[in-house]
Amino acid sequence: MYRKVIFPVDLTHIDQLTKALQTAIDLALHYKAEICFVGVTGTAPSPIAHTPQEFEAKLGAFAQEQGSAHGLTSSAKACTSPDPTIDTDKTLLAAIDALGGDLVVMQTHAPNVTDYIWAGHGDTIAAHSKASVFLVR
Amino acid sequence: MSQHDDDANQDTATDALPEPEGAAEIIETDYEIGQDNITPKIGPFGLDIHNPVFAVSGLVVIAFVIITLAFQDTVGPALGEMRAYLTSTFDWFFLMAGNIFVLVCLGILISPLGKVRIGGADATPDYGYAGWFAMLFAAGMGIGLMFFGVLEPAYYFGTPWGDQPLMRDIGIVDGELVDPAAVEAARRTAMAATIYHWGLHPWAIYAVVALSLALFAYNKGLPLTVRSIFYPIFGERIWGWPGHIIDILAVFATLFGLATSLGFGAQQASAGIGYVFGIEGAAENVTFAVILIAVITALALISVLRGLDGGVKRLSELNMILAVILLSFVILVGPTLTLVTQFFGNLGAYVSEIAALSNPVGRDDDGYRQGWTAFYWAWWISWSPFVGMFIARVSRGRTVREFITCVLLIPTIVSAIWMTAFGGTAIHQIIESTTDSAVFGFVIDSYVPELSLFGMLSELPLAAITSVVGIVLVIVFFVTSSDSGSLVIDTITAGGKINAPVSQRIFWVIFEGLVAATLLIGGGLVALQAASVSTGLPFAVVLLLACYALIKGLMSEPR
Repeated sequence: MYRKVIFPVDLTHIDQLTKALQTAIDLALHYKAEICFVGVTGTAPSPIAHTPQEFEAKLGAFAQEQGSAHGLTSSAKACTSPDPTIDTDKTLLAAIDALGGDLVVMQTHAPNVTDYIWAGHGDTIAAHSKASVFLVR
Repeated sequence: MSQHDDDANQDTATDALPEPEGAAEIIETDYEIGQDNITPKIGPFGLDIHNPVFAVSGLVVIAFVIITLAFQDTVGPALGEMRAYLTSTFDWFFLMAGNIFVLVCLGILISPLGKVRIGGADATPDYGYAGWFAMLFAAGMGIGLMFFGVLEPAYYFGTPWGDQPLMRDIGIVDGELVDPAAVEAARRTAMAATIYHWGLHPWAIYAVVALSLALFAYNKGLPLTVRSIFYPIFGERIWGWPGHIIDILAVFATLFGLATSLGFGAQQASAGIGYVFGIEGAAENVTFAVILIAVITALALISVLRGLDGGVKRLSELNMILAVILLSFVILVGPTLTLVTQFFGNLGAYVSEIAALSNPVGRDDDGYRQGWTAFYWAWWISWSPFVGMFIARVSRGRTVREFITCVLLIPTIVSAIWMTAFGGTAIHQIIESTTDSAVFGFVIDSYVPELSLFGMLSELPLAAITSVVGIVLVIVFFVTSSDSGSLVIDTITAGGKINAPVSQRIFWVIFEGLVAATLLIGGGLVALQAASVSTGLPFAVVLLLACYALIKGLMSEPR
């Protein structure tokens, strides 16, 4: 049913992603789909990487590690944005579209009062992506 | 990367630091970006802020506002005197520093260092020329061009206060024009002296800061914050208090620079609105100005929430279009042929007078050199962390040569065109109708600087429309300044992280509006402007060090 699972990943919070990551892997295994890890980074140096290339390498290594650990076909897509605070959602949506993902699994925070003012990344992706979206709290 | 890639590949990917797009020289440091950051949660709002830069800058700003309000009568004059003292005692230093910045930029431009690309050899620009250029102007001097475009040339042409450039003769004495040859000479001097203040020198100051920040962040991998520039000089110590102080000073200069400009800008805009729509007393009405500050802050808030691409960039482009329309209108409706011929004459005058105007010693034109030039230089320098950081943020992917051409040479030409059109038309009006011209009334007869632009426009056709365009331009330039300034302060107080939570930006935009409104109501804008200009002196020293660090950093880059 699904051919390509997209898993947006924030490398800073990799340790908090266990549940969502497991969900994505299980779904990919179940549907024999490939899994693609998408990350968005700013163009300026960040705690994760000094340059977009370093970010890409780290994301690629993470994807490869996950792929070989679970016997999945995995890939990675690193996107850059000059203003990631605001443009992460837009960049992710464009990447999901360009990569041809048909299922997005992503981690999202428990809803709270600020969601009335501005939505979390997961909410925005779910609201605007053409792909199916599975939000993991 | 697929799972079939061999292990050797994976090892190189994770162990060795990869090349930033093509070759560049990453600085090896144990400092991890964001390692001094704390992430407190206030209600539902998560923060990611540098400890102690965020707290100290916030508290210093609040303390300063309270002290200025409480002891206005003593603090205000004291700061005013300090500014006067600094610009009159260290005028030679400011002028000399300005010249060094220009020479450093031109030197880098023509040297092989110009081949270095910001972001690594294969980096591609994040922004196209139009958007990039619009943002440079909106952040750098848009608002100044609106305010001084008419004022400054007209002032130098006929100042009765004895502060004309190089002590040359003025063109109009006691309302009577002097002989035609002397009028032309006075006009030429006035234009050269104005373009000098808006040409190579200010842009060189911005270029030095912007290029250094961009180089040390995008090529060297250090956090995007002012302290990173000084890594070649202070080494690992910049992660401690020396670096904290540099960053706090940068926040201080940016916030007060912005807040005072916002305060003055609101007064100018309300004076303009009062003049154009014939509202009596609008200029003196504080409530009116506070409402304007609230509107500008609200617009800046929307713009900040829309991000760099959707906010600042769009507004800057809008402003660029409006400014081009206004400029073309003035050129076409004003004395077109005179302006076109004058433009080349003015550029020639600028080139031939630049040595005399920028000479730091042995001059007797104290009023001009200290009151205008040194003041401007201190002002540009105190704004340079803000404008420089913003320019750096949008300039990744350009080569150094392209960068200096577009941040130094082209803006100088644009400033010259602008000054020729606005100042040239204003002086033309003074020559044509002497004491009857509105500009004469606002600049020379009585000094009402905020109305000088509207005075000039009022004598051209369609004044009702162009004046409104002028007011809109002033307001939108303030929105873009407030927006980009908040982005910059947020990045500095987040230790160079550009993906800090959006609530922090909202905090800074509102905080800035509140500081401006409080000072406007309580008084003390002039005092704080003096304080922020006074930061120009320590920063001038800091920037001279930055020139050294910049050249050293560029030399280590592969070309």
